[in-house]
Amino acid sequence: MNRISKILFTLSAFLISLPVWAQQRFPKPEFETGYTQPSTTQPLPRALFLEYLDVFVLVAALVIATWFVVKKRSRLGVMWTSVFALLYFGFFREGCICAIGAIQNVTLAIFDPTYVLPFTALAFFVIPLVVTLFYGRTFCAGVCPLGAIQDLVAFRPIEIPKWLQKILGMIPYLYLGLAILYAATRSEFLICRYDPFIGIFRFDAEFQMLLLGGLFLLVGIFIARPYCRFFCPYGVLLGWMSTFSKKHMTITPSNCIQCKLCANSCPYGVIEEPVEEQGSRRSNVQRLMTYLFFIPLWIGIGGLAGSMLHGPLSKFNTKVYLAEQLVENPELKQDPDYLDARAFVQSGESMDELVKEAREIRSQFYWGGWILGGFMGLVVGLTLLKLASHRNRHDYEPDKTNCLSCGRCMDYCPVKN
Amino acid sequence: MSDKKKGKQPSRREFIQKGMRMTLGASLAGVAGFAALKVSADDYVWQLDPFKCVYCGRCADYCVVTPSAVKCVHAFDLCGYCDLCGGYLKPDANARSTAAENQLCPTAAIQRKFVEDPYFEYQIDEELCIGCAKCVEGCTSFGNGSLHLQVRHDLCVNCNECSIARVCPADAFERVPASSPYKIKGDFATGSDKNKPA
Ligand code: SF4
Ligand code: SF4
Ligand code: SF4
Ligand code: SF4
Repeated sequence: MNRISKILFTLSAFLISLPVWAQQRFPKPEFETGYTQPSTTQPLPRALFLEYLDVFVLVAALVIATWFVVKKRSRLGVMWTSVFALLYFGFFREGCICAIGAIQNVTLAIFDPTYVLPFTALAFFVIPLVVTLFYGRTFCAGVCPLGAIQDLVAFRPIEIPKWLQKILGMIPYLYLGLAILYAATRSEFLICRYDPFIGIFRFDAEFQMLLLGGLFLLVGIFIARPYCRFFCPYGVLLGWMSTFSKKHMTITPSNCIQCKLCANSCPYGVIEEPVEEQGSRRSNVQRLMTYLFFIPLWIGIGGLAGSMLHGPLSKFNTKVYLAEQLVENPELKQDPDYLDARAFVQSGESMDELVKEAREIRSQFYWGGWILGGFMGLVVGLTLLKLASHRNRHDYEPDKTNCLSCGRCMDYCPVKN
Repeated sequence: MSDKKKGKQPSRREFIQKGMRMTLGASLAGVAGFAALKVSADDYVWQLDPFKCVYCGRCADYCVVTPSAVKCVHAFDLCGYCDLCGGYLKPDANARSTAAENQLCPTAAIQRKFVEDPYFEYQIDEELCIGCAKCVEGCTSFGNGSLHLQVRHDLCVNCNECSIARVCPADAFERVPASSPYKIKGDFATGSDKNKPA
């Protein structure tokens, strides 16, 4: 008796310890009553052609917005295009996929050998940039749902001092750099995680995210398009393209008569007034040279700072964080409430492997920190250079980098043909 | 400054502008071309590998959709149709009945139906399921593991990065082609596609 129960016990223990997929503990019964087993349903994702339809809508909206801004010079037209884009890409498609987030997909495609890039993500990344290279940021004016929702609430824009605009204007560069760093190290998609409007588009989100979105819109009443101007990482790339664009919207259809009427119409404060070069040319050039000379220094300082920050930066990678926690407090491995540690123990991976993996990611952050810091140094250097240089300007003109091509100023210009 | 020099200014500017435009265009083409090496015409969606899942319960809490787009599904082929179901009943249940206090599922989303003596069929009511994985844990520890979680694509909005994937302690989430969007237990074996691009 005793022996039999012992055998039974070991047998059942053996059975239970078997991996589930190797053998079923309880074999499926043979039914006698003609019972038909239901099948497991597999509802399909959104049809592929609909994804391609999104790309088509993107192109169509871009063409229409560009036509309204550059050719037709109609603020009303571009506004309604943006309302459509807000409804379609924002509320109907619920904000995913968007050009801003696609930066990360493209980055991942370059750095992660196992990642496969869906065609739609590539199209959303490339097409607006190409259009901007030819016609300026018409994407921002009429197609981006994030821009549209902010544009519609910009009721009482106040003027922000130029220097403050310049300083805040550096945040997007940092955000872009960080987003690329975290995507390239396969840590996470920062831009998607902190998209302030996605919760509003979906009518569903964590309370904090909804609050953030509401806050952005509230601030946006007075500081027009705060996300676009001081956060949007895609705006950085669009700005580069727009600066050297082939065509760009103009405030006046023919000649500026210096009436200054447009100057206050821009809610984003990016219309530049006419300036005359002051002082002697030689000393101005010399001053610029000094600024230029300092740029490598800025890059060096930035890189060094970035590389020194790689420790804290890499903490946001879950692997690195887990490894650090477990190395510092090995007893956490036994903590049943620490889910990540429990899962790690269950996975059977050894501590050495985890530490090795974390080290690798850390070193990626080290080099990434150098590059990110150097890039920020370059941005600071160039911003200072730009502040110090005055180029002769005879007319009121939009600053091509930051002009969002919204077209408001066109309505204010008294010259009509 | 001579007039000649002034006349030169705009054309020099134009030249720089054009050069920069070319450079930007070329860099964009370079980046896009490099990324295009990995491009696929298919769309990709999120799915979780039920063999990696450790039933932590985060699937219920971290999805951007409420209640979660992750639901429990039942691979009937693997089910033993047990009367004493580890996924249905609490370990300390005082009776094998449908009484709520005996059920493991906090929302009573598992429907127990008598088939023939002594077998019972278990079906998930996805309207009620919140994806908490409590039943999955029970079924995998005490039964065949036929109950498991899957991202349901009629509910999932296909976030660019799934917010559960970011917190899943078992790294069970991966991107799968939209043309084969499920990893239902029994339809695929563990490890077989681990090395394929996710
Ligand atoms: S700046 Fe960014 S968020 Fe704003 S409209 Fe342009 S792409 Fe959209
Ligand atoms: S088109 Fe450009 S310059 Fe004109 S109001 Fe809009 S953002 Fe300002
Ligand atoms: S988060 Fe991961 S481990 Fe937790 S229940 Fe979901 S799939 Fe399973
Ligand atoms: S992709 Fe988004 S909606 Fe789908 S399961 Fe993940 S978090 Fe939920």
